[in-house]
Order: sequence, then C-alpha cells, then structure tokens
Amino acid sequence: MNALPWTIVFSFAGAILSLVAGTRSAALARRVGLTAALAGLAAALLAATRFTPGSGLQTILDLPWIPQLGVRCHLAADGISLTLVVLTGIAATAGVLFSWNIDERAGEFFALYLTLIGGVYGVFLSADAFLLFVFYEIAIVPKYFLIASWGSTNREYGAMKLVLYSFAGSALVLGGLLWAFAAAGGRSFALADLAAAAARFPRGDQLAMFGLLFFGFAVLAGLFPFHTWAPTGHVAAPTAASMLLAGVVMKLGAYGCLRVAMPLFPEALAWWQPAIAWLAIAGILYAGLVALVQDDFKFVIGYSSVSHMGFVLLGLAAATPQAVGGAVLQMFSHGVIAGLLFAVVGRIVYERTHTRRLDALQAMPLHRLLPFGAVVFVLAGMASMGMPGFSGFPAELAILIGTWKVSPLWALFAAAGILVAAAFTLRVVQVSFFGRTAPAAPQAPADDHPFAPVTWPEKAGAALLLASTLLIGLRPDLLLNWITPALQSPLMQAALKGGRP
Amino acid sequence: MSSLPLLSLLVFLPWAGALALALLPQTSESTQRRVALAASLSTLALTLALLDGFDPARTSPQFTEKHAWIRALNVHYHLGLDGLSLILVLLTGLVAPAALCAGFRSGGGVRGFAAFFLTLQGAALGVFLALDFFHWFIFWELSLIPAYFLIKIWGGPGATRAAYQFVIYTLGGSAFMLLGFASLFNAAGTFDFQQLAQLGADGSLARKLGGDGSWWLQAVFLGVLLGLAVKVPLWPFHTWLPPAYAEAPTGASMFLTGVMSKMGVYGFLRILWPIFPRELQAAAPWLMVLALGGVVLGAWAAMRQTDLKRMVAYSSVNHLSYCLLALFAGAQSSGRPGAVSEAATAALSGTLLQMFNHGLSASALFLCVGFLEERTGGRRGLDDFGGVRTVAPLFAALTGMAMFSSLGLPGLNGFVGEFLIFRGVFGLAPWAAAVATLGLLATAIFLLTFWQRVFHGPVAGATPGLRDLTLTEAAPLLPATALMVILGVYPQLLAGLINPLVTAWAGHLTPP
Amino acid sequence: MNNLSYFELWRALLPEACLTLGALLVLAVDLAAPAGRPAASRRGVATAVALIALAAAAWAAVRAGTGGPAFGGVFALDRLTLITRLGVIGLSLLTVALAGNLSRLANAAEYLALILFATAGFTLMAASNQLLIAFLALELASLSLYVLAGFDKTRPESAEAGLKYFLFGGVSAAFLLFGFSLLYGLTGSIAFPEIARQLATQPPSALLIVALVMILVAFGFKAAAAPFHLWAPDVYEGAPAGSAALIASASKLAGVALFARLLWAGVGAPAAASWLPVLAILAAVSLVLGNVAALAQSNVRRLLAYSAISHAGALLLGVMVAGRSPGAVVYYAMTYGLATVGAFGVIAALETSGPSRRLEDLAGLHRRSPFLAGCLGIYILSLAGIPPLAGFLGKFSVFAEALRTGGLTGATGWLAFLAIAMSAVALYYYLLILKQAFVAAPKDGAAIIPTPPAARLALGVAAVAILALGIAPGLILGAF
Repeated sequence: MNALPWTIVFSFAGAILSLVAGTRSAALARRVGLTAALAGLAAALLAATRFTPGSGLQTILDLPWIPQLGVRCHLAADGISLTLVVLTGIAATAGVLFSWNIDERAGEFFALYLTLIGGVYGVFLSADAFLLFVFYEIAIVPKYFLIASWGSTNREYGAMKLVLYSFAGSALVLGGLLWAFAAAGGRSFALADLAAAAARFPRGDQLAMFGLLFFGFAVLAGLFPFHTWAPTGHVAAPTAASMLLAGVVMKLGAYGCLRVAMPLFPEALAWWQPAIAWLAIAGILYAGLVALVQDDFKFVIGYSSVSHMGFVLLGLAAATPQAVGGAVLQMFSHGVIAGLLFAVVGRIVYERTHTRRLDALQAMPLHRLLPFGAVVFVLAGMASMGMPGFSGFPAELAILIGTWKVSPLWALFAAAGILVAAAFTLRVVQVSFFGRTAPAAPQAPADDHPFAPVTWPEKAGAALLLASTLLIGLRPDLLLNWITPALQSPLMQAALKGGRP
Repeated sequence: MSSLPLLSLLVFLPWAGALALALLPQTSESTQRRVALAASLSTLALTLALLDGFDPARTSPQFTEKHAWIRALNVHYHLGLDGLSLILVLLTGLVAPAALCAGFRSGGGVRGFAAFFLTLQGAALGVFLALDFFHWFIFWELSLIPAYFLIKIWGGPGATRAAYQFVIYTLGGSAFMLLGFASLFNAAGTFDFQQLAQLGADGSLARKLGGDGSWWLQAVFLGVLLGLAVKVPLWPFHTWLPPAYAEAPTGASMFLTGVMSKMGVYGFLRILWPIFPRELQAAAPWLMVLALGGVVLGAWAAMRQTDLKRMVAYSSVNHLSYCLLALFAGAQSSGRPGAVSEAATAALSGTLLQMFNHGLSASALFLCVGFLEERTGGRRGLDDFGGVRTVAPLFAALTGMAMFSSLGLPGLNGFVGEFLIFRGVFGLAPWAAAVATLGLLATAIFLLTFWQRVFHGPVAGATPGLRDLTLTEAAPLLPATALMVILGVYPQLLAGLINPLVTAWAGHLTPP
Repeated sequence: MNNLSYFELWRALLPEACLTLGALLVLAVDLAAPAGRPAASRRGVATAVALIALAAAAWAAVRAGTGGPAFGGVFALDRLTLITRLGVIGLSLLTVALAGNLSRLANAAEYLALILFATAGFTLMAASNQLLIAFLALELASLSLYVLAGFDKTRPESAEAGLKYFLFGGVSAAFLLFGFSLLYGLTGSIAFPEIARQLATQPPSALLIVALVMILVAFGFKAAAAPFHLWAPDVYEGAPAGSAALIASASKLAGVALFARLLWAGVGAPAAASWLPVLAILAAVSLVLGNVAALAQSNVRRLLAYSAISHAGALLLGVMVAGRSPGAVVYYAMTYGLATVGAFGVIAALETSGPSRRLEDLAGLHRRSPFLAGCLGIYILSLAGIPPLAGFLGKFSVFAEALRTGGLTGATGWLAFLAIAMSAVALYYYLLILKQAFVAAPKDGAAIIPTPPAARLALGVAAVAILALGIAPGLILGAF
C-alpha cells in the first residue's frame, strides 16, 4: 500500500522531466513520458499484489497540512480506490503509447498529460475532502491545453466547453463541501468526521448539500442533461486525451459521488434516488440513440461514453451492494474499453485515413487495408456491447441485478439501453470497417497497403487494453474481491442502506 | 469417468483451431483447410468417444465438470452431458465439417471464414453443454458475432442488413433473458440451472420472487421466453430468419439452420421448462397457437417463394415450429398419467428426434441449393432450372434424399420424428394436430414442386451448364445421407440414447 | 500625553522613516549626479537606493514587533500590522524590480521616490489606530499613486488615468473625511478602541448609518468595488505598468487591512448590523459586474481591471468576515497582489518588444518567451483560483470563513456561493488569456522577448511565492 503515493509522485515528477526533455527532443520527451506512466502502473500493481482487502479505508499517509482550515494531507485507499488507480495506470500507459507520433511540442504535451494523471491519482487516493478537491481541480486546467493545442475538430470551442462545465461542476462541489464543513463546525475535512457530523444536520440542509455535491460531481461524470460537454470535448481532443478523458476523468465524477456525496448524506440519497436514476436512464437511452445516427466516427464513441457512464450512475443511484459493485466494475471496464475505441478511431484510423466521416470510411475496404485495426475494433466493439467474455458483461449484469432489487422498471430500461448500445456499436463497426466487403472483387494493386504500417506502440497499447478487458471479463472476481469488502465499510454501508430495500 | 475433461476439450478445441488459424498468417490454403477441418472434426471424434462412456439409463448429466469461478456472484464453470445434449452435440459434429467444406468453396479466403466458423462451432457446443447461466450466456451471445461476420462478409447483396437485423433481434431477446436471470439471481442467489430447476420444481422460486400471487415469476418467465423465442424462431419473432438464411453463404446457412436454430429449442428444454414448469403449462395453449402459426404460415410462405434458398429458410421455420408444437403440447399436459403420458412421451421423443433429423436434412438441402447456386454463377430461382436429373444424376439423388427426408417420407429419418410429433400432439391436443396437417400438406406441395420443377422435366434454364458432383464434392453429403437412411430404418440407434430421459420426463410436470 | 515616548514613536514609525528617507535620498542622489552621467547608470543607482530603503523598512517592521498599541494608542502594532507591512513592502520590491520601462520614463528617480512615498503611506495605513492617522496615511498613499498613474508623459492615456484617478480619489477622500467627522461627532473620540466602546453603548442611529455609508464609499473606491469602480479600467489601462501594478496590489492590501481594522476594531462588532448589509451589497454588485464586464473585454489591461473589480468583491466579503481573525482576507489580498504584480510585470516585459494592448498581442507567447508564458500561466491560474496555487487557497479560506461565521442563513454564506459561481464565469476569460499565450501561434513578425535579469528574478520570485503559499498557506495563515 505504501507504494501508492508514488503514483502521484512519479506523475508530477515525470511532468516536469518531460517538459525539460522536450526542449531536447520529442523522442526523449516520449520516453520520459512512457517511463513515468509505466512507473505509476508498476507502483499501482505492486500495491495491488500486497493489498489485503479489508473494510474501510486503509491509511497510507496522514500529515497535518493547514491546521487553520482543518485540512490534513490524508492519503488512504480501499479496494475501490485501488481498482481505479490500476485503471489509471493502464489507461495512462496506453495513452502514452498511442501518442507516440506526437512531434510538435511533445515535451509540453506529455507534461500536461502527466499532470492530469497525477491529479487523477491524487483524487483516487485522498481521504480528506479538501485534498480530494485540490487534486480534482488540478486535473481541470491541463485538459484545456491538451485539447486546445493538439486537438482536432472545433478544438478551442470543445476545450473551453469541457473545462467550463468541469469547473462549474467543481464549483457546485466546492459550495456543498464548504457548507458541510462550516455546518460541521469548521474543524475538519476528513470524510469520516464530515459524515459523522452530517448525520445531525437538519434534513433540508442535508438534501441541499447532497444535491450540490452529487450533481456537481455528476456533471463530470456526464449525467444527462449536463453531458453536452462530453461528445464535443472528446471529439475535439487528441487521441490520448480522449482516451484519458472518457476513460478515466469521467470516472472522477462518479468516484466523487461514491466517495464523498453518498456516504456523507445517506438519507438524502434515498430522497434524491428516483431523480438520479431517471436522469441516468435518460442518459443511457438518449446518448445511445443519438450515437445511432452520427456521421462522425468519433462522435459515436463520444456519445457511447455518455451512455456507458449512465450505467455507472444508475448503479450508484440504486445503492445496493451489487449495483454499486457493478458500477465500480463498469468504471474499470469502460475505462479500458473507451481507451480502446478512441485509440482505434483516433490513432489507428484517423491518422492514416485523415477522415472520420462514416460515409467516406464506408467506401474504403478498411478491414483489408487496416486488418489490425479491424480486429481490435471488433473486439473493442464486442466489449462495448457488453458481450460476455469481456469486462462489460459482469459489470452490467451486476448493475442489472442490483437495480432490479430496487426497481425492476429501471432495470428494464437499462436492459433496453444494452440493446441500443449493441445497435449503435454494431452499426459503427459495420459501416466503418466492413463497408465494402465484396470478397470476389479483384484487388487493384494500388489498394494494397496505402497506409502506414502499424507501429509497435500501437500494438503494445492495444494489447495492454485488450488483455485488461478480457482478463476482467473472464475473471471479474479479481476486482470484485477488492470492491466487495470495500463496500462493507461503515461509511459505505450507511449509504447502501439508504436505497430502498 | 475419464480423467480427461472431455467436455471442455469438446468446446475449446474448435476455438483452439480458430486461434491457430488467426495467428498463423502465411500458410498455404490447403494447410489452412486441413487445420480447420481437423479442428471441426475433433467434435465428431470426441463425441464418439463420449458415446462410448455414455449411459443412457442415467438421466442426470454425465461427464460433469464443475469448478468455482466467480465467488462474488456464485458462478461456477459447470459442464454436463445428458441425452438431450448428446444428440445435439452429435448433430453439431456431423453438420459442422460439412458446412465448413461448403464454406471453403465460397471463395474470399479460407482463413477468415474458417476462423469465424470454428468460433461459432465452439460457441454452439458450449451452449449445449453449459449448466450455469453465466457461461451459458457467454456462449449464447458469443455465437452471434462470428455468425454476423460470416453473413456480412461472405454473404449476398443484402447481407449487411440481414446480418444487422439478425444480431439486433437476437440481442434484443437476449437482453430480456438477461434481465430475467438477473432477477432470478436476486431471488435465488444462484445461476446454476440444476439448482434453479429444483427451486422451480418445488415452487419455492415463486415465493422467493415475490410471493405467490405476485406476477414476478410470470414476468421473468416472459423475459426468458422472449430471448429463446427469437432464437428458434417462434412465430411471429421469425422475421429475421428468411433474409439471414437467404443472404448467408452456404456454409453459414447450413450451420445456422442445422445447429443454431436448435440452440433455441434446447433452451426451451433445458431452461424454460425445468425452471418455470407451471408457467409454461399455463402459457402452453397460447404458445401452441404461435407454433401452429409458424407451422402453417411457414409452409405456406415457403410455397410462394421462387428463391430456393428462401424456400428452404421458410421450411425451416415450419419444421422448427413442429418441434415447438410438440414441446408445448407436452408441457401443457404434463402431470396427468395414463394415455396422456404416452402421448406426451411420443411428443417429446418426436421433438428431440426431429431436432436431429431436421438438422441433417435442412443443412443437406442448403448444401444442395448451394451447389446449384455456385455452379450457375448465382442463380437459385425455382424457374431457373429444369431436368437437372438427367444432367447431374448423383446430385439429384442426394438432393432427393434430403428433400424426402425433410418431407417425412416413411423409410427416411424425417418420418420418425414427424410421426411421433403428430402422434403425440394428436393425443394431447387434437385440434392442434388437425391444423398442423395443413402444414404437412403445404410442405409436401412446395417440396414436390421443387423436386418436379428443378429436377424433372425438360432440360431448361441454367441446367445445361451444370456439372455433376464429383465424389470429393459429394463427400460432405454422404454421411448425412447415409444417416438419413439408417435412422429411417433403425431409429432406435438414436432414440435409444434419449428414451430413458424422455420417459422419465414426459408426463411429469417437471423434468427429472 | 506626558508619558508619550518618542522612542515608541520612533520604533512604531521606523519603516515609514526608512522609506521617506529613502525617497529623499533617491531624489538627492539623482540631483547630485553629475550632468554627464548616462541615464542608465542614474537609473541603476536610484533603483539600488530604493531597494535598500525597502529592505531596511522590512527589517524595521520586523523590529517594531507586535507589542500592541503604541504611542498612546495612536498606532497599532499587531500581527495584522506586521504581515501587512511586510506584504506591502514585498509587493513594492517586486514592482520596483519589474518596472522595466523606466527607460521610457523621463525621471526615473522621481518615479522611484514616489513609489517609496506610496509604500510609506501603505505601511502607515497598516499601523493606524486612529481616524486622523488613517486619513493621513490614505492621502499620502493616494496622492503618490495619482502622480504615479499619470507619470508617463509620452502617452495621453496616462495623463487621463492620472486625472481620473485624482478626481475620483479626491471626491472619495472628501466622503471619507466627512464620515470620519460624523463618527467623531457621535463618539467624541478619534481612537478606534474608544469609538468602538462608545458605539457599543448607543443604539444605532441614522447618523451612524450615514457616517458608515460614507466611509464605505471611500473603501469601495479604494478597493475598486462597484459602483465606485469607474476609475479602474482607465487607470489600469493608462498608467505605466509599474504604477498599475502597485495600484492593483499593495494599495488593495493596505486598504483591506486599514478598513478591516477600522470596521471591526474601530466601529466594532455590536454596530456591525449597520454596515454589514451595505458591504454585502457592494460585494455582490462587484462580483457580478466585474465578471460579466470582463467577458466582453479585448484589451488585456482592461480585462485585468474588471477582474480586479470582481476580486474586490471577494475582498469585501473577506472584510465582512474578518471579525474573528483577519488572516483569511490578508492572505487573499497578499496572494492576489502577488499574482497581479506578476501579470503586470509580464505586460511590462511585453511592452518592450511590440504592442501589448489587445489579447491577440499575447499570441504565441510560449514561443516568444517560454519563461514569460510559464510565469503568466501561474499568475493567471492563481487569479482564477486553481489549486495548488495560492489564489485558490485564498478564495477557499475566505469562503470557509464566510460560511463558518454566517452559515447559509447569513448574507456571507450567500455571497460565498455567489463568488463560487462567478469564479466559474471568470475561468472563461482567464482561459482566453492563456489560450492566446499557449495555444495560439505567434503572429508574423513577432519577435522573441528579451527579459532583463532583474525582471526575471522578480517574476520568478513571485511565481515561486505563489506556488509556495499555495502549498503551505500556514506561512501566512499561521501567523494570525
């Protein structure tokens, strides 16, 4: 467990080092970036091998920081944090691998990327609400520059929208947090202390504070109707940033809901539950249906991320142990899968074909020109559909089981969402890679391999992500063994009872 | 019991073959064909080994393998083989290599086709052998993707839409089935079919799902029913089938009709009936009406087709609906001893035998239509041919066998199944049997029309260019044809495997 | 008054003495310089003397200690005084180092002398415990600032700025004096503690409210709070970069300290109900108006001016909750000052190599001078309130204090939420600046910007200080 803070250290140190390395050469900056990402992943995996699941947060570091504000530098982790830290490590490494072709201002790119990663690690490891918020905010600004400087379609608009929405969400969180802090006596930001004090707040206050906290975090998680930043922003972002944004940063929002909002105000959760659940369902279905009619390859994936996050939020809203466990598993699963999808769309396809329009791609026999990309995308598509054998299936199954307990109607809509996801995924697979499949057509010589061959970083990144989703699809207990005990901590139990039995 | 995990080997050898084909890039086509064929034939070989050790008198699953898998969800890796599974596994072992050979000839590269096909084969075997919902569902869903690609990439002009429709329909049904099982897990805490069947048998499942009088159990039953109904297909959820079968390449059509459709019927027998016996009994009259719809309307629709492939596709709907009709009739009247029990035994035996026989004959028919199509550059209309008998006698003979087996001519295997079905249904629900005979009539009409127009009469249309089958080309058909004759004369070979199971099952509300 | 000790007076006013002496020395040395001396070396000498004076003043401030009221209660020497004095002197030091365009100014020595006088005014404001001294200090500082604003004789905007500032300032000084006289009339004393005691025994009268409103008008003007902000955009735009830096930073810090002491120790908590609502309204209007107007700006300096107005709103909120301890608001003002001085320093550096009026002139700064771009990034992000920079901690401490004292039922709580909401709006225009600096490509013909070493040092120190204070705010918060 003591290895975990090193993830943060390696990331920030790597950021500074890549900035320096970038002044020498882009290649050096890349190597520094990869080393830092791998070091973070290694630290996470090392901690994972030594982790003994117990209920409740296990403290790693607890130092006084700002006594005047009651803030401590308190790092702790439980099974849920560990799952998400491992996800971050995997996604970060894959992202760096898929950014191997960035040449312009590479040092700055990796510096911003690693700062973002460091902030994300910090959020997952904080047990002090202030510290969590600080890391949450640190993760906001690098997003702007990553998208605005290295992005594509509509990048300045997309970047600004994404950042402003994120910041607005965090403003809501700050409001709720300060209010709770002040009402609790203004002495401590530790989550446990706030939770203990929160139980005594007047009910109306609790409802309002929960609303601020949950919806503030949920904006970043892409809750309908505050999700509009996500498709625009993810499409505008460069590949590695999209992978990270959709894969990990959206999970920050869901994690905030789970770690901060829900344990602090369990009764408020019970009151807000229907609203959140219906919004989540609306997101699942709406985003899925919109994805079905998109013309731009990347937009389909962008909307699919919103749809999948809807599942996570539904699981959290249902607030039963299976549903929440499924939600955390889905966070991991979707993190990996979104990474794969964006990697294929952005790096493997777009860099070579220079188009993302589905009608243009349909005219090319892409599965013959990019067989590697076709295979990876088919597998990623299957995973995204929730096909059994991949990590999405046990996650969605657990969410369905847990949601059914609370409201079968919600589970029904969620199942419909699975179907919609299958439809749009299959459509995009079919149209993009298998548009022209006439097998008997004689191949014109010029058709053979006009595209650059697949590079080793692309293969390594894809292999890493595919292996992760397959491993967890076949052995979800690897993660569930961490997650389930974590849900039995007193804080979580209070929240999980909050849902209707 | 052998110390080798035979059932796991059965499922995973085709997948190993697929993986090998995918990863070995630069081998010659003939090597690829050999590897693929070997992986596919492994099923037959292993089945014959299993037959050796199989004891038909025991009705519980044999050769079981059970390992804990995902503790948090109480999921186990549980495979088992009883008579029902055995005949379907045997069917797969017979149909798959033939379909694969047909696929070799459809062009467009052996490697891709064979890899997808072997994946599909493994998934189908997994469905027939899995006894825990979690991985049963994995195999069930996984069968869709290779089928999708087989249809889309090697199929006809309308293949994209047909494949898409096929997958979406089936996934739609599966989503409801998933939801149903999620709620079952909620109530019962297990995914194991046998445990769920026990709970369903003694009625405690209803209590756990919300108490007697609540409609939860019915809702879950409907969900699971929907998932299975789309797959078989049960009329009116069949609209995906004709385009999919017609657009698919020959090898895929053979497997789809021969094996994949049986996955649905298997699901009814393995899942729906054991876990929801009372609900099935209550719903049986309505379901019989639907099955009759499939019987009659399927046959009538087949009659009106001019595309031979679509004709065979609709006839598949018709034949599968016979199976379902007998199944529902049996479910409806279970629990009453005496003459009813005998009729129920007949119906159930008929269903099982018909599954096997239809698998053989329908896949053979598709193969024959496939020959017509490829030898004439894509023509497969009813009016495109004439007098093929004179030009290609071997071909005509083999096709004729398949056709008459499908028709149910006494002496061939198709007769046994159909006879038992009608006998059973007549004893259980005479009105249904009466209506079903209309289907028989229509089937006779269109098959004989097919026979007469294409094979008899003056040589016309594309027939002059038709080359007869060589022995190597006919080889995939020969085992099936031989079985058609043998089983027609000596059905006990097959029935002996399932009789104890059927006897113990039929007439009781719940299977043993 | 017999036991007045001039030694005490000396000890209390040593910083001011150093500064005044320093100013006079700068002028004298410059006058005494031989005629042929090149302007650059005269500037260098003057700057050196100024820096020494500032350093001496800092040392003197520390030496003065935090003993409490001094010289018969005329001056207050407590923690607030010490920290404010040190902050003001620090900001002035940075200003002197960063006022790079001294070459453009005709009389550099006078410029520096005026900065020193203004600083003396600021330090005196921090120490005043009495109405008259407060007014004196305020006027000393303001007059120096008026001249500083209009110092650039090559540009008419500077003259306009100076004149506007003077006119507004003069009127607000009148209001202040009138308010002070009413306060004296009500309580019969000019010493803060005595005023508080007297007001505690009286019921709040209409006269008190009039007095307080007038005082708050002056405060609002000083802090550039709406609706007394009209001078700010023109002055920020027209004044030379160094003057604008000083006006935006040290002046605000000193003003906040003075008025916090006046309102809490002077008028006192019991009478707070009279002036808290007024301050709340001023704060709310400033927050909204400053942020909304900033959205429309295309001139960098005017944008900073409107953002200053919005920060003034937050500072007013800080003063409202400074009753328990002024630590939060001083921290905020200090860190805000650092960021602003830095921002103006970057602008000053830009001015040496091309136009730097509009946002587009910042384009491609990351290529033209990565150092400047990096520093600007830190300053702007601190202003926006992004952790781990000090600006975030400043806002957070003020908001935490606001919610702690009032809860949501009080005006302070609502103001805190308003400020948080407005900060989301503010991020937009701050990002616009950073977009130009980091994302946009340099315009054709844009040259590399040379930065003199002194300026580099100062900018670096400011950036490091912002980072350090953000990670360890206890350095300041703990002193209270």
